[in-house]
Amino acid sequence: MREKTPKVVVTFETTTDAIVFESESKADPEALPGRIIPVPSEISAGCGLSWCADEQYRETLLGSIESKGLAFEGVYSVCMY
Amino acid sequence: MIYFDNAATTMIKPPAVAQAVATAINTFGGVGRGAHDAALSADLQVYRARAAVAALFNCPQPKNVAFSLNITESLNIVIDGLLANGDHAVTTAASHNSVLRPLFRKRDREGVDVTIVPIDGDGLLDMDEYARSFKPNTKLAVVTHASNLTGDIYDVAKMAAIAHEHGALFVIDAAQTAGNTPIDMQAMGIDIVTFTGHKSLYGPQGTGGLCLAPGIELPPYKEGGSGTHSYEERQPEFMPEHLEAGTQNGHGIAGLAAGLAYIEEHGVENLGAANAALADRFEKGVRDLPGVRILGRKGSCGNTGIVALNVGDMDSGAISDQLNQGWEICTRPGAHCAPLMHESLGTVSQGAVRFSFSHFNTEEEVDTAIEAMREIVADVM
Repeated sequence: MREKTPKVVVTFETTTDAIVFESESKADPEALPGRIIPVPSEISAGCGLSWCADEQYRETLLGSIESKGLAFEGVYSVCMY
Repeated sequence: MIYFDNAATTMIKPPAVAQAVATAINTFGGVGRGAHDAALSADLQVYRARAAVAALFNCPQPKNVAFSLNITESLNIVIDGLLANGDHAVTTAASHNSVLRPLFRKRDREGVDVTIVPIDGDGLLDMDEYARSFKPNTKLAVVTHASNLTGDIYDVAKMAAIAHEHGALFVIDAAQTAGNTPIDMQAMGIDIVTFTGHKSLYGPQGTGGLCLAPGIELPPYKEGGSGTHSYEERQPEFMPEHLEAGTQNGHGIAGLAAGLAYIEEHGVENLGAANAALADRFEKGVRDLPGVRILGRKGSCGNTGIVALNVGDMDSGAISDQLNQGWEICTRPGAHCAPLMHESLGTVSQGAVRFSFSHFNTEEEVDTAIEAMREIVADVM
């Protein structure tokens, strides 16, 4: 049986902000590890997009967000499959 | 076929445009609809197009670019959203019906006061008359950047400054100039650029949009699916979804992105100069033919690459038809959805034959058209 693992989840105010993450990650995957996922229901009900990476990449992710000036709404820790 | 109706739609596109549409139509999911790979492919391409439009017009943020079906829809969004009873709006007689009809609807339904600044018989705008048209309640000046009949470009930077002196917002119809003439929203002081994709941006029909300067807000013209925030009763407040209800034309926008990439590679100035050079060559070849009257082309801000003309009192439709039947040359006769411009030029009943050029045309094609006009004129004059 699969176990949940800790993830860092970044949420956005707008879909466009999420797609900017996707675009930046395509250009430099090491600087912006992770991928787009539907917003986990623990954070918000609905059908928005969020960015998910393994918890071990939290500092890398946050560093890139700051250095690249990327817009986001919140950063969460979520245990997920 | 020789295609000289590029002011209506550019028919010859960079090959990458059709390739992008074909790829998109077989690989895209819904734009903004889900986190799976097919949806994200669409999202990324639409975002790239958004960023390319923002770069083309020096719009500060890609998210301030909203896509639409075409510039008519964009202008309806703007005019309907910004004007209400008690407001006054300014436009010019050079405007296309995509500006005039939404304004007249506002006038007729809501009592919005509309002033049309005249254009003279040479197609020129009197800037002093424009400045005098503003009133204390003028909310908006919405003007064409270039006449779709004559191709003459107007000094929108100066018009924007005058509008702002009077506390009005300034909006341009860039149907004829986007991709053909440099547009810098910030340097020119333009609050909203409306554009269409299927002319000099080389995109497919069914693509267009608008770019908002920071701080400019519009109510949504349509409300519906947004892909996110589904439990909210109303359309999301954030751009661009605020103005993009319903699934966007991702397939078309992918083609538009390819057109924009082509423009970025070749340069707006270079493409516009090539169009204008072909128009100049054609004008030189026909202007001295007996009975030929060239409309406009006397302004100081340049021309997008159009020569509109008449021959004596010949019906413009008859000339256009002869060009098509005899030489397979595609031109546009009639009124060009610019009724007030034809009033200004005195061509309401006759219309005009519009030759509109693209840099994909050749000098040989232009010379064929000159020879065709010589033969047509020789038959009737």
